[in-house]
Order: sequence, then C-alpha cells, then structure tokens
Amino acid sequence: MLDISEIRQIEFDVLVIGAGGAGLCAAITATKESKKVGLVCKSLLGKAHTVMAEGGMAASLGNVDKRDHWKIHFRDTVRGGKMLNVWRMAELHARHAADRVIELEQRGAVFDRTKEGLINQRNFGGHRYPRLAHVGDRTGLEMIRTLQDYGIHQGIDIHMECTALDILKDENGKIAGVVCMYRDTGEFIIFKTKSLILATGGGGKAWEITSNSWEYTGDGYAMAYEAGAELMDLEFNQFHPTGMVWPPSVRGILVTEGVRGEGGILKNSEGTRFMFDYIPEKFKNETADTEEEAARWLAGDKDARRPPELLTRDVVARAINAEVKAGRGSIHGGAYLDIATQRSAEDIKKKLPSMYHQFKVLAELDITKEPMEVGPTCHYFMGGIRVEADTTMSTVDGLFACGECAAGMHGANRLGGNSLSDLLVFGDLAGVGASNYAKQLGAVPKFNEEDAKKIIRNATSILNRDEGENPYLLHEELQNNMQNNVGIIRTDTELQKGIQNIENLKEKNKNVKANGSSQFNPGWHEALAMRNLLITSEAVARAAYMREESRGAHTRDDFPTESEEWCQYNIITKKGEDGNMQVIKEKRKEPNAELFRIANATLEDLEAEVAEERKSQL
Amino acid sequence: MGNRKFKIYRGDNTKGELVDYNCDVTEGMVVLDAMHRIQADDANDMACRWNCKAGKCGSCSVEINGRPKLACMTRMNEYSPDETIMITPLKAFPIIKDTVTDVSWNYKQNLKIKPFSPAQNKNNTEKGLVMQQVDVERTQHFRKCIECYLCQNVCHVIRDQDAKEKFVGPRFMIRLASLEMHPMDDADRIPAIKEDHGSGMCNITRCCTEVCPEDIQITDDGIIPLKERVVDRYFDPVTMLYRKLFKK
Repeated sequence: MLDISEIRQIEFDVLVIGAGGAGLCAAITATKESKKVGLVCKSLLGKAHTVMAEGGMAASLGNVDKRDHWKIHFRDTVRGGKMLNVWRMAELHARHAADRVIELEQRGAVFDRTKEGLINQRNFGGHRYPRLAHVGDRTGLEMIRTLQDYGIHQGIDIHMECTALDILKDENGKIAGVVCMYRDTGEFIIFKTKSLILATGGGGKAWEITSNSWEYTGDGYAMAYEAGAELMDLEFNQFHPTGMVWPPSVRGILVTEGVRGEGGILKNSEGTRFMFDYIPEKFKNETADTEEEAARWLAGDKDARRPPELLTRDVVARAINAEVKAGRGSIHGGAYLDIATQRSAEDIKKKLPSMYHQFKVLAELDITKEPMEVGPTCHYFMGGIRVEADTTMSTVDGLFACGECAAGMHGANRLGGNSLSDLLVFGDLAGVGASNYAKQLGAVPKFNEEDAKKIIRNATSILNRDEGENPYLLHEELQNNMQNNVGIIRTDTELQKGIQNIENLKEKNKNVKANGSSQFNPGWHEALAMRNLLITSEAVARAAYMREESRGAHTRDDFPTESEEWCQYNIITKKGEDGNMQVIKEKRKEPNAELFRIANATLEDLEAEVAEERKSQL
Repeated sequence: MGNRKFKIYRGDNTKGELVDYNCDVTEGMVVLDAMHRIQADDANDMACRWNCKAGKCGSCSVEINGRPKLACMTRMNEYSPDETIMITPLKAFPIIKDTVTDVSWNYKQNLKIKPFSPAQNKNNTEKGLVMQQVDVERTQHFRKCIECYLCQNVCHVIRDQDAKEKFVGPRFMIRLASLEMHPMDDADRIPAIKEDHGSGMCNITRCCTEVCPEDIQITDDGIIPLKERVVDRYFDPVTMLYRKLFKK
C-alpha cells in the first residue's frame, strides 16, 4: 500500500514550474514579496527553451528610431495578432517591455550597443521600427544566463531535472501543491504550495517538423486542464516560416527571423523574389512594393517602406508553403533564403554568428556564399491557459500562468521578438500576482491524499505492466498525425481524421509500457509526457475544427478568409463533468475604447499623435 | 551511409559496460540522431541528455571515441564508414546513468562568484547603461559560453588531479573574466580569484580552449589576463617592497 507520509514533502509560498525566461522572472520577482519560493525545472538550469531564442526582445526603447512609443508597439502587436489579442495583455506588454529590458541589463545582460552606447535595436517582422534589443543572434542565451546568474543569488530553492506530474488541490478547489518526480532517481516528491505558477512553455513536440525540443510536451496545458482550468485559443499554432529543411535530421531547426531583419530575401526555384506577390491588403500601405524601395529601406532610408520578407510570420509561412505547392520550391522542398548577396561576409558573421556556425556544421553550407534552404516549422503556441491579464491567475484559485503556456497576449499570431519581452513582463506580473494571492491565504491548503496516490500509481503503472505500447513509437505516430492532419493548412475532413486518430492514440496510450527501472529512464519520461501531448493535441485539433475561418496562424482551406463574426469569439477548452473535453465558443469582452482607437488608427495619425504628446511633455 | 556500429556505455557510477548497437545512418545525421534512433528502437531506457539539437544549450556533452564533444554537432560523416563509434560519459564527473553525468558541482562554483554589480555613476542612466560596443566585446565573447562543461571535463586540475575543491575551472574563470572586464561592473573579485577560485592552479595547457565548441579563447583572453591581474595586485616587486618596508 502506498503511504503518502513516506513521500518527501516541501512547503512553499510560491512555487514555479518551468525555468525558462518566464519561470525565472516569476521566481525572482516572487522572492521580493514571498518568503519561500521554489523553482522546478525539467532540464538542468539554463537549458530551457529560452536559450534557443535568437533574434531579440521587442521593446519601444526608441534607441535607434526615436519615433517609437508603446502605443505603436501595441498597434503592431494587435494587428499582427489579427485583433484577437486580449487587449489589456497587449497593452501591459507594450507599456512595460522597455523597463523590463533595462532591468535585465542592470542584472547583467550585455546587449549590442548603438553608436551612442545605448542598447541597440534591430528590425523584425511586423514591427514598425527597429525594436529588438539583441546580442548578435543569441539573445535567448543572454537572457536565460543573466536570469540564472542573478536568480541563484535570490534565495530560490531550485530543483533541477525534476518533472511535474500533476496538480493537487484542497477540498475547496484551491491549489495545494504538485506531485513531481526527480528524473535522475525516479523519486517522487510533493511540493505543497499556496500558489503555483506554470511557466512550462508550449507543446510543439506534438508535430514532426518542429523547432521545439523534447521538453515541449504541453505539460502546463495538460496539468491545468486536469486541474479544471480553462484553455483558450489553442487552434493558433505558429509555424515559423524559416526552419532548416536539409539534411533530414535537422529538419525544423530554427533559422532566425534576424536573417530577414538584417536584409535576407526569399526566392523560389525560378529566382523570383516572391514575397512581393503575397502582401495582404491590410499591410499594403506599410510594405514596399518594389525591390528598389526595399533596398532603400535596408540602406536606412526612413521614408522607404519595409520589405515584404518582414511581413508577419503567418503570412510568410503560408507564402513559402504556396510556392512549394505550386512546384517552385527549392531542391529539398523549401524556399531559398539569401543573405549572401545582401550583406558582406564580415557583416553576416558578426550579426548572425550562430546561423553561420549552425549551417556550416549541420548542413555543410557557407551562408556568406550560398543561400539557405528554409521552410515552415512548428514553433510557438499563441493559445494556452486562460489568465486574468493583470494578475495572470487562471480560472482555478491559486493557479497562475505566464510565458508561452498562457493565452491571450499574442492573439492569432505572435510577432517575432514579442516572446522574450512577454516572458519578462508577464513573468514579473505572475511573481507579483502569485505572491499577493499567497499572502492573503493563511496556511498552505491541505491537499487531497487520494489524488496524490492516484497520480503516483498512474506513473508507476507504466513501469510495472508486463507489456504494452512503445512510447517512442506512439509519439512518432502522434507527430505524423499532427503534421499531416492538423498542420499549417487545415481542412474539415483532415481535422476530423486527426481527431479520430488522437482518440485511437488515447486508447493505445492507456497501455503504454516503459522498460527498465525508474532511474533516469527516458522511455518512462516519454511515456509520462504522452498524456500531456495527447490532451494538448486534442484541444488544438478540436478548436481548429470549430473555428471556421482563417485568421493569423490558423488557416482553413475550406474557410479561406477572416470572418468578422469569428473575431468576436474565443474558443475555450476545458474538462467536462463527464471527463470528456468540452469545446466552447465564447463571446469576447467589448474592447476598451481607447485601446480600440489606437489599434485602428492609421500609422500616420498615430505617429503624429505620439510626436505631439512628446512635444507637450518637453 | 548504411548500417553503422556503436559502442555505448550502459551503467552507473558503480558498474557498467560498453554495449554494442547497430543503427542505420542517413545523410546529414549527427551522433545524437543515432543515439535517439537506438534509444527508440533498441534501448528505450538508455539515458541521454539533450535539448536544442543545434549547439546552443550545451546539454549533450559526451566523449565520442575518447574526444569530448557535443553529440548534436558531431556529424556521422566525420568518421570513416567502417569505424565503430564509441560513446562514453564525461570522465571528470560522476556518472548518473549511461552517458549522463552529475554536473551539479559546476552549479555550486557559480554560486561562489559575486554576481554583476552595476556601477552607480553618470553612465548608469534611466535609458540603461551607456557603454561603447568596442568596450563590451570582450565580455560578450565570454558570454557566448553555453555551459556544456567540456572545458571543465578536460581541465587537468579537475579531470586528472580531481582538485575540484581548489579550482573553479575554465568555465568559471571566463565567467569571472566576463564580469571583471565588464565596463560597468563595480565589484572587486581579484582577491577571491586568487584565494577562493584558485587562478594559480591553471598551468595553461590550453586543453579547455581546444575543446570549446563556441571557440572562446578561454586561456589567452580569459585566464591569462586574470592571472596577470592577480600578479599585478599581489606579486608586483615594487608593491611588495613597499609593503615590506612599511609593514602594510
């Protein structure tokens, strides 16, 4: 008989699951407000997915172009998000990003500099001005290392290589803790906590071609879902337009948007710079329509409009997809991304060193001489756990979420560079929100022991059954299904097929079997992740099936345009009373009038307004 | 490229052996891909650490045919077609299981280092720190480090002498260098570099620099300048004479 008192228990005020940018920020802020703060990470500290971010973090510092302002950053964000963003979140982000970036510098980040010695900013898709604070093309590494080196001195109790299995609640439905397992020994541990912050990232590992690592298995979505929280907007999965396509073993690995930010152009097999043919109506006024104008923009002409390669990611990904489908793809089925003819070899090595290195080693290709081959790769979840904007609390008392695992900030499509700044802004807000909640609570709520036992029994049964399904092969099957039926272009019939396949896989997964012991056993870890991947995939597929329109990253071949009607709705998924997934079409709140005005203003009007505002402040 | 032979260490810190595996290798595969294929097909419970698969996170450090490498950045075609690939864990750290080692000692070293302490002067403004690009380049060069610990693994002090209590190792020497050479850092770490971090232990064999996947000039740009700063402070003949004469 399993005796819960024999399982080690540690008590916290605030516990954070996930140690990427968001989790580290949340934990650091929480230490300013709470006594006992814990941080659980699935990998070693400093290895989370943030480390792979390349291009930069968007903030209206105005160091390169003084005209920048939070209002224009906000406008870019919601237009890029196809107006489906939670307005208040996009506002908070745009208002606070600059302060958070400066704070990161005070904590030790060493950004590239402008001539005046300030933080340099680069151009990126969908951003009106050069806005991304960066360090070459390794900004994510700079961010996570800074937070790590700073965070370890703040008194956070850090548990590395520890997997969170499921959330515990008390009899009133309040958060009470979480059951975890140390990967190296297989030992279970119960963290009791007043408030719990999920910063677990996305679920891109459900697809075959993905920029995501093994960690991205939708753990946060699944745990929140099982705990009764609502998920939102899961149909919006961003396919980054430029992943590597060759050789096969590196297919999907990210090629930073910084390549295009630094002037890289996209060509098809006929040598045509095709993005000029894919400029959406909404962005026509703000995008260059000739190569000549695009070249002037690259040379720094502030009156020239941006090249079409820097349109938002959804647009560029669909364009590449269409070129390949039309038979104009590169040799290995992608598009050519050419920086070699646009910049000197020296510039390329200086501005894009890790891209240079990555292609040299993995593809034996010199990007200063030849074009790269690129194609769409699953990259980011705009949707996630539904949270309240200012506190980041989910629909479950005491459960918070920030970073990629939270929904709302990015709407239907995320702009490049808005993710790292999202981590800083909402990580910080989550640290405050969770601390405030913990303070008004007396003692740590008492968790339900039967629930804890069940979680542990479910985990060990995977090891104990005599025979069953190979978790690796189940995962491959799921990836195949998501790639082919819930991919970048979606249809009614394929989505139905996709959902049916997920149902079948759920049945098979009930009998998943891991060989070997509980000590550092990746087969077991893979099997444990399968449940999370399946819940995430099901929510994605069901929401994608319901949303009968094409908006941002969600493209339906059978409903090819944006619908005014659907812009009024979010899709919510949650666990029903009967244990089945409920998918609900829910009317959105009326937007704040002032924010609505800013979002819909013309760029000229807004720029004039901001300039006027600045003058009056002087 | 056909079917290739592998020998992979299976076991823990107390006992283990090299186990033979075969794997079909296709164009462009790296050693980590082969390890994953073997894991999925023949050895579900084989432990291996990895994350980004693009040389950015430094998780998949192992020894391949005796050479410390990132498995994700080592292409199979670096080896001749009939060569057996041997994969073993980093030698300098205790084995947890298979090719995964306990690198927690490294995290403890970082805790001993005084973190960035921004100077409060006219260059610390509300728009951030004011520093020229040329002045931050050295620090940025060190900050490319991905903490793969390959340098720690080949450092003689750590690997052969096992003097982990006396020396923080090359990785943390360059962390110290990145702070000491930061134009806006205000802290003085020289006494600690000499006493606590053991700068004198390094005898400049440059093994660390040789294995660095980020091509950081660990020895020449990091360790040697720090050693010089220590020497300037403590062993400068004029200062020593002054100290002796005036008993300071």
